[in-house]
Amino acid sequence: MSETTHTEADAVPARQIKADAAVWLERRHFWNWSAEDQAALDSWRAESSAHEVAYLRMEAAWGRTERLAALKPSETENAPPSRVRTVSRIAVGVAVALMWGVAGMYYISRPVEKVYATALGGHRTVTLADGTLIELNTDTVLRAQIGASDRLVSLEKGEAYFQIKHDPARPFVVTAGNQRVTDVGTKFLVRRSAGRLEVAVMEGRVQLGASDGRGPRMLTQGDVAVASGNAVSIARKQVQTLTNELGWRHGVLVFDHTTLADATDEINRYNRTKVVVTDPSVARLTIDGTFPTSNIGAFTDAAQEIFRLRVDRRGDEMVISR
Amino acid sequence: MPETDRESIGPQQAEALPHIVEARLWFVREVLPLEAVLRQYLRHNWRDRSDIEDLLQDVYVRVYESARKQIPDAPKSFVFTTARNMLINRMRERHVVPIEAVTDLDALGIAMDAPGPDRSALARDELRRLQDAIDRLPPRCREAIVLGRINGLSGREIATRMGVTEATVSKHLTDGMCTLSDMLYGEPAADPRRPA
Repeated sequence: MSETTHTEADAVPARQIKADAAVWLERRHFWNWSAEDQAALDSWRAESSAHEVAYLRMEAAWGRTERLAALKPSETENAPPSRVRTVSRIAVGVAVALMWGVAGMYYISRPVEKVYATALGGHRTVTLADGTLIELNTDTVLRAQIGASDRLVSLEKGEAYFQIKHDPARPFVVTAGNQRVTDVGTKFLVRRSAGRLEVAVMEGRVQLGASDGRGPRMLTQGDVAVASGNAVSIARKQVQTLTNELGWRHGVLVFDHTTLADATDEINRYNRTKVVVTDPSVARLTIDGTFPTSNIGAFTDAAQEIFRLRVDRRGDEMVISR
Repeated sequence: MPETDRESIGPQQAEALPHIVEARLWFVREVLPLEAVLRQYLRHNWRDRSDIEDLLQDVYVRVYESARKQIPDAPKSFVFTTARNMLINRMRERHVVPIEAVTDLDALGIAMDAPGPDRSALARDELRRLQDAIDRLPPRCREAIVLGRINGLSGREIATRMGVTEATVSKHLTDGMCTLSDMLYGEPAADPRRPA
């Protein structure tokens, strides 16, 4: 036991340091938080071990209350804002949560990898322990590991929409193949298909780069980056267009001058029965409208009526032709 | 990655060294759960109650600084040995109380070789405990904490919802965090008022 550096010279009472730690944590958690704020907090923590332990303690206690946040049922963004919950309501939530068992209780010390997946045509909203919302689109597999110092998600396949609970001290990183998306406070979409990755930023900023750290670039609201192989192209789209791309969150596909080729590719992601277009002159026709992801009939009926095309059912295929 | 890129990433904390991260995690996982018993031990051995917070902090600082050099094998015994040595030094400095008074760990039923509290039992109690802690906050403070923690509102949104200034919300939240930390770490895990 070394009796070295510390003396009673610390003039600031422990109670005051504790209160200061709470002020830092409160600011970081509830108000705008800049890089400068983070730097100021870092240097406060580095100033003395008393600051550091007080902050660790406050953060850990607050982290434990995160359990309560996880009791909030998942809801889509457009759902009406939840009412103020009374404590009795919490009690109900607690009772329900007790049935979950205890997994994840110690995520602060031992990040556990969790796997979330959807089947063809599926849609699932996941609330992570840190409050981040992830919506999984059809046929998607995603692994999440939420730790005390970092948050890692790996998109194995499919598409997911992220609404990150921002935390400058704990970057949120999404990897997909050889690309890496780092959240800088935002809502964004990541879609992975064979050899191709698309990242669309709805709000805020993300950084996109190769997993080995090369070629990082900042994407801001409206940016859509497409990476295939080592090439990355970036286009800017209207936010409305991006919102259309998120129609699946409400069970629909929104087409706006979309070619039949693209539209069928899209709807085929959700259904076992596939729409097939072979005639190039048909594939080039463009279509507008909103279609349920799970109702191929609505789509083929529209093609039939609008363009006077033929639709033939052959086994698991709906073939559209002239 | 060149240094300039770090700049563009924005608010990202410089990576802490692995051994410091280790020490932090160890401290949170192994040391903080001992706080209730540690407080009891300090109160038992130190006359002036108003010193307890400072004593506790000093024990934490020493334990944490040691852990940064090397993570101790037996956390519980390390923490209480540190506390004991610290109390003895303080008493020597003040020329009070015979040293024997602080050697008596058994009197508190602190079994050094026993494993820590059963993790699964702790986990079962955790939600009840959290709820109990939230229930005991002052009403306005509780409202702010619930809005912020369960409904996930920002400080500004809470201010609007509660119809108070942002400064008031900050005060409620900060007080709430402080109080919760004391209830969650400072009090024994088993709540006698609520048999399991």
